[in-house]
Amino acid sequence: MHISVDSDRCIGSAQCAVTVPSVFEQDEDGLSTVIPGREDGGGEPLVREAVRACPVRAITIKETEDA
Amino acid sequence: MTDTLDETKTLADGPEDAPAYPIGRTCPYQMPPGYEQLREKGPISRVTLWNGRIAWLITGNELGRRLFPDGRLSSDVLDPNFPLLAPRIEAQRQQAAAPPLVGVDDPVHARQRRTVLPSFGVRQVNALRPAIQKYADELLDKMLAKGPGVTVDLLSEYALPMPSAVICMLLGVPYEDHHYFDERSRHVLSSSGQEQAAQAQTAFTEILAYLDDLISRKQAEPGDTLLDELIARQLDEGKVDRQELAMIATVLLVSGHETTSNMIALSTMALLAHPEQLEALRSDESLMPQAVDELMRFTSIGDMLMRVAKEDIEIEGHLIKAGDGVILSTMLMNRDPGSFEGADDLDIFRPSGRHVAFGYGIHQCIGQNLARAEMEIALATLFRRVPTLELAVPADEVPVNAPYVLQGVSELPVTW
Repeated sequence: MHISVDSDRCIGSAQCAVTVPSVFEQDEDGLSTVIPGREDGGGEPLVREAVRACPVRAITIKETEDA
Repeated sequence: MTDTLDETKTLADGPEDAPAYPIGRTCPYQMPPGYEQLREKGPISRVTLWNGRIAWLITGNELGRRLFPDGRLSSDVLDPNFPLLAPRIEAQRQQAAAPPLVGVDDPVHARQRRTVLPSFGVRQVNALRPAIQKYADELLDKMLAKGPGVTVDLLSEYALPMPSAVICMLLGVPYEDHHYFDERSRHVLSSSGQEQAAQAQTAFTEILAYLDDLISRKQAEPGDTLLDELIARQLDEGKVDRQELAMIATVLLVSGHETTSNMIALSTMALLAHPEQLEALRSDESLMPQAVDELMRFTSIGDMLMRVAKEDIEIEGHLIKAGDGVILSTMLMNRDPGSFEGADDLDIFRPSGRHVAFGYGIHQCIGQNLARAEMEIALATLFRRVPTLELAVPADEVPVNAPYVLQGVSELPVTW
């Protein structure tokens, strides 16, 4: 899978960073980003919960062939 | 097709089956009487407001989570169709400007939110934890010096001054001035009764004037707080004007007071009423983050979040027309049995998430990470240091706030 955060839509609620701190972090503007190298989710089962927790649906998961 | 159209319900279907709303709580942390019937009618039904106006009430968790982020629902409190829960709020709306952040839509909201967002990040909040702990301990030192065996008001001794000290510290308001705000922010958010509309208005104006003056003082003598940063990064660069900055600071200051203090008070009451869960929490403080999350869900202090439809929205066999008022009940969404097993039970072992107690969509509470840290520290410290804490009056005699303001109590007499 490939995870991305739409920074135009992000409101910095940090729900993703709190749910899966090994995949998401906040940049210095307070907006969420995917930690470089963790775009595949690192096998974290809670990534889908983070998608659901996001109040503005700013997180996208694209399924990739090799997932 | 015709059949479907005929069956689509609109507000024009009449006032029958639209009960009076909002409804006062009898127990400050439980659903008010009448909510079970509203829940059964869910996920969308109709209610009648004080002025006879009929509005939509959203009670289902899934439906609410679809509607909260819907851009066709507006938070613009200056829209003449914006639904108001009490005459007092009608009076408050006579203000010329919409309150920043909470009372405006994107793109204005997004610009304002991004202005202050960097200070409310998880890292920034965690850096404040030692200071929060220090305030909690100092307040309890003072409170404990009065007892044991005396009755004190936990709200004014602890639950209110702690978040007050924290938001004052964050904004750069001198600590010695925080009493000034404790009382006034309480008037703005929780004062009940029509005669207090003017009091709420005066309090808001006074806070605004104080912060405007503080901005001048900080321009002359800069420090390193959120307000200083906003002055340097935003005001001096022309990204916000002075009036807007003072208003943003006022909204943050007021919101940072009463919300967290009500949560500390109601959480204390709810935990005292569930001694086995309190004991589990006391013996394992690592349960605190999820317990706080559950207490947020269970008490749902910011129950009614209002919106006005800017366009027609057809949903679940109902037609929300442009101009209709929509009230999202976070309490009913958080007590939706389709989303939470044993929805009316307090269960601190429940997995976190999926409640909407901080709201949902673009307006979700900007201070939620700070609020969580304050609640975790306030409750852990209180129950650790005052193990024999109990209510000094029967729980049903604790005075409850009016239904149309933030839910909480006006005092919480305790003893130990």
